[in-house]
Amino acid sequence: MNNREEIRSQFLALLAPFVDRRADQPITESTSLLDDLNVNSARFVDIILEAEEKFNISIDDTAADRMRTVGDAIDVIMEKSEVQSRVQTAVRP
Amino acid sequence: MKRVVITGLGVVAPNGVGVREFQDALRQGRSGLRFEQRLAELNFGCQVLGTPPSPENIGADVLTPQQWRATNSAMRFAAAAAVECWRDAGFEWHPGHDGPVDWHTAVYFGTGVGGVDSIAEKVGPLTLTGQTRRLGSSGAEQAMCSGVSALVGGILGAGGQVCTNSSACATGTEAIINGYRLIAHGYADRVLAGAAEGNQIYAAACFDAMKVTARGWNGSPERASRPLSATAAGFVPACGSGALLLESWESAEHRHAKVYAEITGASFVCGGQRAGGSMTASSPEGVRRCIAAAVRESGLHPDEIDYVNAHLTATGNDPREVANLRCALQLDGDRFPWINATKSMIGHALGASGAIECVATLLQMEGEFIHPSMNCEDLHPAVATVAVRIPQEYIAREVRTALKTSFGFGDVNACVIFSKPN
Repeated sequence: MNNREEIRSQFLALLAPFVDRRADQPITESTSLLDDLNVNSARFVDIILEAEEKFNISIDDTAADRMRTVGDAIDVIMEKSEVQSRVQTAVRP
Repeated sequence: MKRVVITGLGVVAPNGVGVREFQDALRQGRSGLRFEQRLAELNFGCQVLGTPPSPENIGADVLTPQQWRATNSAMRFAAAAAVECWRDAGFEWHPGHDGPVDWHTAVYFGTGVGGVDSIAEKVGPLTLTGQTRRLGSSGAEQAMCSGVSALVGGILGAGGQVCTNSSACATGTEAIINGYRLIAHGYADRVLAGAAEGNQIYAAACFDAMKVTARGWNGSPERASRPLSATAAGFVPACGSGALLLESWESAEHRHAKVYAEITGASFVCGGQRAGGSMTASSPEGVRRCIAAAVRESGLHPDEIDYVNAHLTATGNDPREVANLRCALQLDGDRFPWINATKSMIGHALGASGAIECVATLLQMEGEFIHPSMNCEDLHPAVATVAVRIPQEYIAREVRTALKTSFGFGDVNACVIFSKPN
């Protein structure tokens, strides 16, 4: 499965259209999605949907609530990817 | 009452995107109507549509990536026309514009069916298959009727009334009338007024079912829209957007803005769906009263009106519409104003038609010409008395006063009079 750097890079690409263009500070793992990147809170559900599609995972509401910073989001994506990977392995004939 | 002038124009039309391209197309009598293979596959009777070239890209240069992904084509067309209009009026603007709120500007932007494509292709299928979660965040703003005005208001930072009106095929002209009245009564200095209809096939489907769209011309789409013609057999559905910046005389003068024309009279009435009027037809008396009221408000004598940009859709109503004009103006023969049908080139953009055709009217006034009314070489015998006033070719001529008429389902009638300021 993807390593953390690769997931980070793919997540930031997915995030780009949602980031307010005025936010020009460097993005680190502790960067807050809503406060630092000025992501419109109403659009947050779209980021979840796009992440689900891109990484072929399911993100439940509890996990989505944990995605406050870039690092949190990567944690959730990695965690769900591992779950997904185990499920796929388990059902492989 | 404050005087109201037009200081900016913007347009997305089937035969021209942007006012200069549209003005050229009008001069040349260039059609924006094309055969649509998809409609043939879907068993439409009328397989011709008026759609702007490369419709999927329109609005991309004025919306941020985030706005783009949360909009449907009606909203994108509205944004494209509104931004062109705002810039044409001399205001600075760039995508993602984040200047202060303009508390003196309002937005009156209408639509007939708005985001029906979002509802039909996204909200409906996902809801009915148990996938509401996948609608994401923008289902509501694309489905709501006011999606067009909300987007335009936000783009411009308008702090006055931001509103969507909807009155079927009179929508666009009604938006302009409402905006005019807002300024005249002192509620705003500027109103970005117009209407948009998206690139969708569902409204066309409804009219196809009513058998009021043009059948029999699928093999020659540019000839399909035939207002005033003896062989007119229905309208050609179209889409697009038109925008006017209405401004108080004082505000325009203060900014040294270019003035296209002044709105000197307007009327919006309903025929009451009596005496020949119904949900789908105009009462002759309602139409005549509407025209007469607008003329009366303008203070003009009917024979001072140089030109009428008529509603004329190419259904069986065209002769009645001309008869109503002759009766309301009490003019006939060569005393009748010049009259043409912009729909002969672009089809019927439904809710947006009045707005696009008001832009066409003002571009003719600016360019000092009257565009040819296409496809009426076989003029309907019932309009013979005014034949000399129906241009078959481009006419170079100053237009000092113009009447724009729009009529819609619900027996609603909208008329506005534009005059060049003295």
